[in-house]
Amino acid sequence: MPKKKTPVPVMAGTVNKDVLKAIKSSALDIEKKILARKKPTMKFPVRSLSNVKYHPDRGYFEIAGQKKERTLTVNTVKTFAQTLRMIALSKDLVENDDIATKREAYYVSKNWEDARFLEQPESDTVMDDVEAYFSVNREQLGFIPEEKGGDVAGRLVVLDRDRDTGRVLRIDCTRFGTGAYSIPITVEHLQFETKADFILVIETAGMFQRLVKHNYWKKANCILISMGGVPTRACRRFIRRLADFQKIPVYVFVDGDPYGITNIYRTLKVGSGNAAHLNEFFCVPQATFLGITPQDIVDYKLPTHPLKDVDIKRARDAIKNDPFIRYHKSWVSAMEQLLKMGVRAEQQALAKHGLNYVIDHYLPEKLSHTERFLP
Amino acid sequence: MPEIARRPRAGAEPRQLSLVAVREEDLESPSREKAGAVPGPARAAKAAGGVEPPPARPDSEPAARAHESGRRETAESMAARQREISVSEFFTKNRHLLGFDNPQKALLTAIKEAVDNSLDACEEAGILPVLKVDIQQLAEDRFRIAVEDNGPGIVKAQVPKIFGKLLYGSKFHTLKQARGQQGIGISAAGMYGLLTTGKSVVVLSRTGQGKPAHYYEIQIDTRKNAPQIIVDEVRDWEPPHGTRVEIELVGTYKKGRHSVDDYVRQTAIANPHCEIFYSFPGGEAPQQFPRATGTLPPEPREIKPHPYGVELGALIKMLKETRARNLAGAMQHDFSRVSSRVAGEICQAAQLRPSANPHSIAVNEAERLYKAINSVKIMSPPTSCLSPIGEEQILSGMKKEIPAAFFTAITRSPAVYRGNPFQIEVGMGYGGELPSDDLVDVLRFANRVPLQYQQSACAITKAVLSIDWRSYGLSMAKGALPAGPMVLFVHIASVWVPFTSESKEAIAAYPEIMKELRLALQDCGRKLGAHIRAHRREAEEEKKKSYIERYIPHIGIALREILDLPEKVEAELVTTLREVLERSRMPH
Repeated sequence: MPKKKTPVPVMAGTVNKDVLKAIKSSALDIEKKILARKKPTMKFPVRSLSNVKYHPDRGYFEIAGQKKERTLTVNTVKTFAQTLRMIALSKDLVENDDIATKREAYYVSKNWEDARFLEQPESDTVMDDVEAYFSVNREQLGFIPEEKGGDVAGRLVVLDRDRDTGRVLRIDCTRFGTGAYSIPITVEHLQFETKADFILVIETAGMFQRLVKHNYWKKANCILISMGGVPTRACRRFIRRLADFQKIPVYVFVDGDPYGITNIYRTLKVGSGNAAHLNEFFCVPQATFLGITPQDIVDYKLPTHPLKDVDIKRARDAIKNDPFIRYHKSWVSAMEQLLKMGVRAEQQALAKHGLNYVIDHYLPEKLSHTERFLP
Repeated sequence: MPEIARRPRAGAEPRQLSLVAVREEDLESPSREKAGAVPGPARAAKAAGGVEPPPARPDSEPAARAHESGRRETAESMAARQREISVSEFFTKNRHLLGFDNPQKALLTAIKEAVDNSLDACEEAGILPVLKVDIQQLAEDRFRIAVEDNGPGIVKAQVPKIFGKLLYGSKFHTLKQARGQQGIGISAAGMYGLLTTGKSVVVLSRTGQGKPAHYYEIQIDTRKNAPQIIVDEVRDWEPPHGTRVEIELVGTYKKGRHSVDDYVRQTAIANPHCEIFYSFPGGEAPQQFPRATGTLPPEPREIKPHPYGVELGALIKMLKETRARNLAGAMQHDFSRVSSRVAGEICQAAQLRPSANPHSIAVNEAERLYKAINSVKIMSPPTSCLSPIGEEQILSGMKKEIPAAFFTAITRSPAVYRGNPFQIEVGMGYGGELPSDDLVDVLRFANRVPLQYQQSACAITKAVLSIDWRSYGLSMAKGALPAGPMVLFVHIASVWVPFTSESKEAIAAYPEIMKELRLALQDCGRKLGAHIRAHRREAEEEKKKSYIERYIPHIGIALREILDLPEKVEAELVTTLREVLERSRMPH
């Protein structure tokens, strides 16, 4: 299988000779093996949190090198056939400079008779396998996600291109009123102009709406980005490029619960276990954690809800197995504090002290001590 | 409650009920609930506007009232109302004990009793049974049932007693395997019919060619426990010998579990030597259950009671009635497996002289004797009295009625509980057209008679539940029967089947019986496990083969598309790959 040390995520739709070459050489390998009357094999990196390493100096989850080998046997023949057909589809897309969404790829498989996928999760898994197999970004294979990237408002001008005329489009993110700029699925071609002091990344659309409506970005001279839950790859990549571009600090503002911390914040900062081979590009190592911290719950006397069983499980699991949390003692103690209190608090719990308390008190107070932010 | 505490004399309790003496109010009361019976004075007080008692403690009310009003019964006033009741009277009020508690069950029990008698009679006479069972619906809840056999017939003088007198029979006094035991069944069925419809039992019987067929209409006098003959005449009847019983009764005919249909089918399974024609309401032609074997089950022998099984009261009675002249002799002659040495040991352990006169043994001496019996080691009773169905016959019975693919059966060696020999048999049908998601169907039989009620109270069910069927390849939820396409046939044969009640619905869980049941079930379970595993392997092989057929072409297509291969190469790839994989799965 081809070794590709530095895959470069590129804009979908651009013919990528390297990818085509890799696809063909792997298929050739398989053909040779068969004709030699040997069982062909494919090696995939294991895509899970147990197979990642965390290097704080590099700042993201790296794949640890465990590989699973899929030998073509009677038991694997179905997945093997589906994987190869998915690769063939990808080759077709790349060659013809076309794209297919994950769902479209799933529907294309409906032509494959017995090899078709019954549900989309099955085809997504095979697609992730193929992506990991070639160590490339799925966009390079012609597959694009359905998911929305995220919303942006504030002191930022995005430079995009008009597809028809090729002219540069200047998108001023201060001019969306109470609305926002939507991050596209691919962001590699975007350029930026900004003089913002920081980027504030927000978990919920509700909080984002409040800050936008009251022009918080004007007051704090910042860029507001709403993730709407776990950030998509495009969202992570957008923030990363923007932050790298002018060395702007990134502060993350999420719910004070295990999901907000370990799933949303951690994925944004260091990437996920599932796409470990790509985390290098889809992470924001410079991000720090503004709130809501377990200590905030105490300091701001926030109304809380009891931790649910899944929260407790997630928190314990993070302390035990998440390489990022385990590396940072402050995070371990924060998670332990949360478990001890047995409660969680949402961003919007600040409304208890008045609807605009968050703008007038909470954020200014927190931002005056960014050195205290959790890593 | 204080009311209860204040009750002075236990003997004066209005609920005191014995078989011999019973209060008159109870007898006249239409209710079977003795607890609800209110004595005269209290009833009057109630009628005069007395406060209704709280429903939670109705039984304390009569005594409390009597106490408050100061009008307690005297021994004399009670004595005036105490008199003998007949057993038939007792059972009139306690018909639920005999299986006539609801209309659906009454229909089933009546048929069951008649069929039991017919089959027992045929087998005793060495005749291969042919039975006709008819259920004719006369009105919504009224039926006329008829059971006809080709048995030896009944002698004229006996007919009224058999059908018109409770506790009259030949089987109660003998220790021998039979379907009927107490001599209650068929006469109770007739009595139930009379009670609910006022119609007599109709009996037609002929003992042989050249003999007349006698026709009777009989009613039971419940006070005297004696038959009343309404009609007695000779009639024309075709069959050379046999008996036909007809009873009209109030009942409910239903399909499904507990149904007569099920009973007849199960009877056919457990009695493969028997042929049954069954007509039921809504059925067009009579349903035929063909005979699967021409061999009658071996005739069970009668045995003397075994000392371990006898109870103190019975022991005293036996000693009083024995014809032996001394104690040791009585032990030897009236019990099985008591040699002169064993008799000597028992007498010694009881500190009684072997030469003592058995008729003058005192109660405390009998008690010592009773204890001594259980301290002496006595050989197990002879098992010639048992007539198991046999593995082959179980299989033939099951195969003709159950659409399974795999069958196995086992007949265990005889064992003994409390001095009574018994034998366990288990048959199993698996797969085929049986529903695979349902719980396993457990068919329970005692002396070849299907048991359809009180499943959960029965030792058989408990034994099935006590086994982990998952190790044999079935699924099983906690506390539930195993699930899977399976029918279990479990039979206990015994000279005295220990039922939990007189309606003969559930078997008592004696440890010896449980042990034998478990061993038999496990034996079948192991065979089933082997079968399921072999079957799974086969299915796995099949699946693998079809996998290869289905998916390898797609590997060819994908490689052709990626590498722009000519179709010839694609075909070669597919063929080669198929060979490589076929070879790899051979080592099985």
